[in-house]
Amino acid sequence: MAVMDAVRHVEEGVEVPRPSRRLRLRRPLTYSVMVLLAIFFVFPVVAMVVLSLQPNETQVIADQDSIWAFFPRALSLQNYEDVFARDVGRAVFNSALITIVTVGLGLVVNSMCAYGLARLQWIGRSVVIGAVVALMIVPFQSVSVPLLLIVNRLGWLDTYHVQIIPFVANPFFIFLFYQAFIGLPKEIEEAALIDGAGRWTIYRRIVTPLSRPTFATVGILQALFVWGSFFWPLMVTRGPDVRPLPVAMQVLFSDPNVPLGDVFAFAAVMTLPILALYLGFQKWFVQSVASQGLKG
Amino acid sequence: MATAIEPMSRDRLSDRRRRRGRELLQGWGFAAPAIVLLAVFLVLPFILAIYSSFTDQRLVPNPNLPTKWVGLRNYRRLFENESFLSGLVFNGIFVLVVVPLQTAFALGLAVLVNQKLKFRNAFRTIYFAPVAVTMVVVAVMWTSFFNPSAGLINSVLDTVSFGFLTPERFGFLNWALDRNGARAAIIILSIWQGVGFQMVIYLAGLQSIPDSLYEAARIDGANPWQQFRHVTIPQLRNTTIFVVLSTTILAFALFDQVEIMTQGGPQDATQTMILRLITFGFRQGQVGMGSALGVFYFVLVVVVAFTQRRLLREERAVA
Repeated sequence: MAVMDAVRHVEEGVEVPRPSRRLRLRRPLTYSVMVLLAIFFVFPVVAMVVLSLQPNETQVIADQDSIWAFFPRALSLQNYEDVFARDVGRAVFNSALITIVTVGLGLVVNSMCAYGLARLQWIGRSVVIGAVVALMIVPFQSVSVPLLLIVNRLGWLDTYHVQIIPFVANPFFIFLFYQAFIGLPKEIEEAALIDGAGRWTIYRRIVTPLSRPTFATVGILQALFVWGSFFWPLMVTRGPDVRPLPVAMQVLFSDPNVPLGDVFAFAAVMTLPILALYLGFQKWFVQSVASQGLKG
Repeated sequence: MATAIEPMSRDRLSDRRRRRGRELLQGWGFAAPAIVLLAVFLVLPFILAIYSSFTDQRLVPNPNLPTKWVGLRNYRRLFENESFLSGLVFNGIFVLVVVPLQTAFALGLAVLVNQKLKFRNAFRTIYFAPVAVTMVVVAVMWTSFFNPSAGLINSVLDTVSFGFLTPERFGFLNWALDRNGARAAIIILSIWQGVGFQMVIYLAGLQSIPDSLYEAARIDGANPWQQFRHVTIPQLRNTTIFVVLSTTILAFALFDQVEIMTQGGPQDATQTMILRLITFGFRQGQVGMGSALGVFYFVLVVVVAFTQRRLLREERAVA
């Protein structure tokens, strides 16, 4: 990569023998703009963390509109202790459980369906492909009210599975897997078939390992979606037992007796693990979000 | 080749038939879990949404009042509902402001971080980071920063304008009480959270433009602006179609941040379709009304998706 860049630099150097004065002036300007933009994107997160470390509520309110929202005056975990005393741990557990199970089941169910569509010839296959593509455009909100009626009749309200099962199968994820699978070379699978391998073995031992990037992409996309999900849990959870983080956040935030410091600590608890994952697996995050470009 | 196979054809035929039968079973086997789930949790409620939108179905059935067919009554009531119409207005404003602003902003960011600069990866990471922050958290954080009496935003404006831009001077800075202030606050935080997504899409688009096009433009004496105008923009046509389309559809789905910040207030200034949907269908238990809104919303999404595509395609044909 570095070599390639160097080569390109040299080539550009040949084309533009000496940078004009305008170009030399442009560099610092570009950097200043980029730094200002970076501040714009970072400041709420920094302020949130800094203020969450301030145990004195009066000080939080005093500091939140000053420069002290960015430089910690105190480093106390008191707010975090308070928040966990309010049973935030439960909401963290609920959200983590719902996210892990939904994503786990989703990866299996959606990729299996896509494999069936991409590699096997069966009656109804083209109808199913058409239906999957058509269903991609149906927004969840449109079906939410009758779905509420259905899960209410089933007695599923206030459960984990009401937050999991409807979100396992997803037409868009099937489509992403389908695109990935038809792009795989057929030869390996055909060789395995001749060697007497069954379709399930091929799916498990050849197709799945070859498409790891797609699994990562879909997994991250679905996890981000489930972790941040607010609209549906608002309708189907009442008490704190199965309540996920976003709803717990709203409950905490709309309670005037809860100190702002606690709200910031809660926000940090919800955000920092995801940001850490994002920093660790940046490439995958960007790729999975960018893959939505295929939907168009 | 064909002649060599000929003698075995009968054998192969039955073999193929057997294989096809097996593939039929296997195909359905692989696809069945997803098909069943989609049928029960997407197709069935979708059909039910259309049906219920013509009935007075309630969430909690009343044994004395059986559900009955009401024709277009729900749709009529929807369009007589002041709050729903306010929701349409704010959704419309939101789309008209956010879609062009966010698209232009995203393109600008993508061009910035696509340059050969030191630390460009660090900048990409930072610009994209808000996408990983849950919208509910974004709304909570920005709500306190927009706080009219002790908020960060106002004190920053106050400082950079040397005390000129105070909330008293500009009523709209008081988002909690002022209609336009509340709208502006929601628009700003939505762009803050969402622009990184469009930036990434644009970045992918920029990187797929072949260098040779820029070289040719340079040889023709095009300056950087002309290169951007006549190479970059036309080459990004498909990317722009997608960005505009997906931002519009997301803008119609506006809900989380409004529910946290304003619940549609003040005086319905930040009312949205989805906020009304949850009010009718869930809080008031009117499944019929909620379904009618859901169907309307679906039609809107489909119409937007198709007209936008057609418009952009025509533009290309003209150009």
